[in-house]
Amino acid sequence: MEQTIFYIFSTILVLSAGAVITVRNPVFAALFLVLAFFTSAAIWILLEAEFLALTLVLVYVGAVMVLFLFVVMMLDINLTVLREGFARYLPVGLLVAVIMVAQLVYIVGPARFGLDKFPAPPPRDADYSNTREIGLVLYTEYLLAFELAAVILVVAIIAAIALTLRKRIKTNFMKPEEQVLVKSKDRVRLVKMATEKQDD
Amino acid sequence: MISMSHFLILGAILFCISVAGIFLNRKNVIILLMAVELMLLAVNMNFVAFSHFLGDIAGQVFVFFILTVAAAEAAIGLAILVVLFRNRRSINVDDINSLNG
Repeated sequence: MEQTIFYIFSTILVLSAGAVITVRNPVFAALFLVLAFFTSAAIWILLEAEFLALTLVLVYVGAVMVLFLFVVMMLDINLTVLREGFARYLPVGLLVAVIMVAQLVYIVGPARFGLDKFPAPPPRDADYSNTREIGLVLYTEYLLAFELAAVILVVAIIAAIALTLRKRIKTNFMKPEEQVLVKSKDRVRLVKMATEKQDD
Repeated sequence: MISMSHFLILGAILFCISVAGIFLNRKNVIILLMAVELMLLAVNMNFVAFSHFLGDIAGQVFVFFILTVAAAEAAIGLAILVVLFRNRRSINVDDINSLNG
């Protein structure tokens, strides 16, 4: 049963990852990436990492991918220019990828990481809380790293704002505090002058 | 029963797909960023698998930090992309050659 679930989800994951790098439209690529993250969250639940699976869905699908989609849809990009060279590099890229997969499978295959080397741990009890386990070490052993992560996030927020903030030079904003203090003589100037003879 | 090598091979395949993605989409910065995210996902898969099979929660804590850094990276990367597009009207990697000597 577990095996069937694993194979179904990993097939979806690999296919959607392949679609991310091959589809023409970046919007579809972002949507396939959402599918990939969602599927791997399911696979992480198989690995009893419930907290991380939920974090992946919340942080990635909920925040990062929405940001990606937002940017992709905001930019008006010329797809044909960006696609050129795809067919030319396809054979080499595919060859390198296949060779790398073969090498990695040879290393991490069942001969070295099979069930006889790393037996599956017994399933946890129903009242086991993965979140509690992570929290226990996160706030004690990894407290400094946790706070550094918070600093990194603050730096990221400030950097993203500082990069994209644009000072508008010609704005027509009214300043209400100056408007209420205005007097009539600031607006209208009466000039006394002698009439001139029009020369035509 | 699913062994650890199943998960490791899945991670390896994901990693190689994203490497190929960087190869193939070398003009499109957005797809490059997505391929990097996919790569981090593959690495995280390995961490979670090792954490499960070795019974050590530290692997999952590490994945938590990788997620944090990846989120920060995506935010800054996309901000740079927006500024780049605003200045250049293009996200083609070939157009970014001002520092070319």
